[in-house]
Amino acid sequence: MKARVHVMLKNGVLDPQGEAVRHALGAMGFDGVNGVRQGKVIELDLNDGATQADVEVMCEKLLANTVIESYTVEMG
Amino acid sequence: MHAAVIVFPGSNCDRDLAVAFKAVGAKVSMVWHKDTSLPDGVDFVGVPGGFSYGDYLRCGAIAANSPICREVAAHAERGGYVVGICNGFQVLTETGLLPGALLRNAGLKYICRTVPLRVATADSDYTSGYDAGAMIDIPIAHHDGNYFADGDTIAKLHGEDRVAFTYGDNPNGSQSDIAGILSSNRRVLGMMPHPERAADAGHGGTDGAALFRALAGSVVTA
Repeated sequence: MKARVHVMLKNGVLDPQGEAVRHALGAMGFDGVNGVRQGKVIELDLNDGATQADVEVMCEKLLANTVIESYTVEMG
Repeated sequence: MHAAVIVFPGSNCDRDLAVAFKAVGAKVSMVWHKDTSLPDGVDFVGVPGGFSYGDYLRCGAIAANSPICREVAAHAERGGYVVGICNGFQVLTETGLLPGALLRNAGLKYICRTVPLRVATADSDYTSGYDAGAMIDIPIAHHDGNYFADGDTIAKLHGEDRVAFTYGDNPNGSQSDIAGILSSNRRVLGMMPHPERAADAGHGGTDGAALFRALAGSVVTA
């Protein structure tokens, strides 16, 4: 089974990469982009029977740094 | 006096750090990341700069979960000395031995130059060789040195006099200009600038040497 983990910088944590992308979009003529936040997606291929709770432990211990990042887990 | 320098795949300041420790009289053991114990009798541990595990996932994240880092954490929890420089600072925040995290530089650029630092406290076995408030010149070389912690943590670091160094001219967006911090027992130091690259006249500057001399002196007298 598969799980997909989305990791994003928390609100309030400066995302200079997202800001750079926003500036680039503006320079290219895309008006009306008020903000860009850049994160990452991690796909896991798991043994059958793995639970969302298992993946959340992985997030807490390695996949996300909860000092600066939040995460969401999608199973299946 | 015995120092251990941890070597991860991608470490590139490990030998520089070993030279700096040897220059103050330490015996140095290089310890591979897959080792499961530190050599007997180690007084202090150096976690060097570089790009451990290619900076994959987050800088320092995979190194922080390597077998030897459990031993480094145990050494720190016993009251042992641990200094993490640059990537080593990132590793120490990822292990939780030091609070906060290092984000991408606010200007997005990798910065490699010598910068002025202010010694924010002389009250540690790392900084006792400086006068509090002294300005020193130390090189930085990083892409992710932008120190971040929540407001309560920053206030606590200031309140407990645990900010070791601040930037004279903040190059990377770090909160409160923080360049280096101490643990609550003042035995663990993490800093982005590289004192080991300013520890010999041949480096073009020697302002980092006092850190290693002070550390060696504290172990001898301990």
